[in-house]
Amino acid sequence: MSALTETIALDRSRTRTVRKAPSRSLDTLFRTFSYGAALLVLLVLAGILGSILYGGWPAFREFGFGFLTSSAWNVGTEQYGALVAVIGTVASAFLALLIGVPVSLGIAVFLTQLCPGWARKPVAMTIELLAAVPSIIYGMWGLFVFAPLFARFIEIPVSNVVEGLPIVGTLLYARVPSGVGVLTAGIILAIMIVPFIASIARDMLDQIPTVLRESAYGIGCTTWEVVRHVLVPQAAVSIIGAIMLGLGRALGETMAVTFVVGNANRLSASIFDPSSTIASRIANEFNEADGLQLNALMALGCILFVITFVVLIIARLLTRRVKAA
Amino acid sequence: MNAPTTIAQTDRHRPGRVRQGRRVADRLLRVSCTVATAVGGLVLGSILIMLIIRGIQGFTPALFTHPTPGPGSEGGGIANAILGSLVLTGIGITIATPVGVMAGTYLAEYGRGSKLAALIRFLNDILLSAPSILIGLFVYTLMVRPMGTYSGWAGGVALAIIAVPVIVRTTEDMMSLVPSTLREAGAALGAPPSTVIVSVTWRAASAGIVTGIILALARIAGETAPLLFTALNNNSWFSPDLMGGVANLPVMIYQFALSPYPNWQGLAWAGALLITATILVLSIIARLVIKPHTSR
Repeated sequence: MSALTETIALDRSRTRTVRKAPSRSLDTLFRTFSYGAALLVLLVLAGILGSILYGGWPAFREFGFGFLTSSAWNVGTEQYGALVAVIGTVASAFLALLIGVPVSLGIAVFLTQLCPGWARKPVAMTIELLAAVPSIIYGMWGLFVFAPLFARFIEIPVSNVVEGLPIVGTLLYARVPSGVGVLTAGIILAIMIVPFIASIARDMLDQIPTVLRESAYGIGCTTWEVVRHVLVPQAAVSIIGAIMLGLGRALGETMAVTFVVGNANRLSASIFDPSSTIASRIANEFNEADGLQLNALMALGCILFVITFVVLIIARLLTRRVKAA
Repeated sequence: MNAPTTIAQTDRHRPGRVRQGRRVADRLLRVSCTVATAVGGLVLGSILIMLIIRGIQGFTPALFTHPTPGPGSEGGGIANAILGSLVLTGIGITIATPVGVMAGTYLAEYGRGSKLAALIRFLNDILLSAPSILIGLFVYTLMVRPMGTYSGWAGGVALAIIAVPVIVRTTEDMMSLVPSTLREAGAALGAPPSTVIVSVTWRAASAGIVTGIILALARIAGETAPLLFTALNNNSWFSPDLMGGVANLPVMIYQFALSPYPNWQGLAWAGALLITATILVLSIIARLVIKPHTSR
């Protein structure tokens, strides 16, 4: 018996080609490649910052600190300032959070607490597909479907009511009720960031031990009380991180905003009036720009880089800390 | 000052009112959460209905066989834009796949516990949400400026930069799910690290890695902003040397949708329907394969 097995084993070793281990140098090469690829990520980020700093530098040198505080944007006289675009960016992103955060949290609570089991997967998938829709499609939907409805059913009635009133009369008055403007941009951005915030918030709510939830229900808490006093305090830090992540997206979103923000360089106190954001202005003017205008657009890009990256860094720090704990 | 105390006192005597307040708060929460979810579903539905109503009549054979027509002229299709988009996305994913998978491998295998890897992981997460228009500006400075012309290569590189972080993230996540015992078993047989990675870890994580690549594909297929300054657009047939503007669906949709010509607008809607349907199908495939926590 043992002789037989030996022959078989011998036969096998003879018929099968012996697999050689890759040489040492190949192994090192593989390692170097993966190291290099990882470093490339670092280089790209540095390259992005470097290239827009390089491109925007002439504008910063020309206008100095005044670039940030000037609302001029005149191609003829070569006077450029970032104020309108910066305010438009911040205002639309702020409105997006104001509308988007409650909706996303509502969706997260619905998915984790209220939704019957069979519907959970399809509903979650529907919400996540909202994140997959390309931004240009949101732009078209915003401009061709949402804006006309918004003008007819919101802008015109609201403008008629508030006309002449102090504060709200300027804040909510549309001189030309066209449906495009800062608020429309904010609403479209809200729809676009909802799936991101909702999906992170849902994961965070899911991670909370069921025992906590069940013991709260066990002492007679209603769903509202469980959410308010048990779930929200537990997940608060990471939910704030998720919100910041949404804010980072809203600040840099380009195509959808370009469609619906109106692209006007005008400082207006009304959120119904058209304005510009940094990204929409770059998208609109970059291809026709040269000379100082190009530098000014690059400088706008620098400002956008700084704002979004600060927001995103805070967001990642907040979401990370909870994961580690 | 007196009124609240009296209400509180009567409440204590009549517990039914307290319960009613709690019930109202609870009802409100349930209703508002359900409404929020319904609104999300309605928006998706409304977008799809809009695309189908406006885009479906543009779906003629000519759409896939003819290039984009000149301004104001009739007929034509978007064949050049479809082809250009396929090529640009192809270039993007071809560059991004090896880079992303190797970088993810470094983070999951070689760089475990190292500070550099932690930094790269952090910056990769930030790059994942970085405004895509800034990537367009970067590639413009890096390639379009020095080469003196818009090109398909620049467009492909811009898309690759957007795809890489997605692939890095999924690859790392999926490879760290592979149990260490598998790797140890491989190493115990005398296999060097690269062999263990290629024949054990990658093989075990392959479904997840492929999903990451599909997700990246879905992400870059609809990207418009980075192509504006890199590949731009072109109304003629696709030229294989990729220099000069290259027609592509997203920029075509952007330019045609905002144009005053009904024919162009019709083509834009048809293109929008085509691209959205493709991306939604890709995302559904990707999401059916793994759990959806990589979309962040």
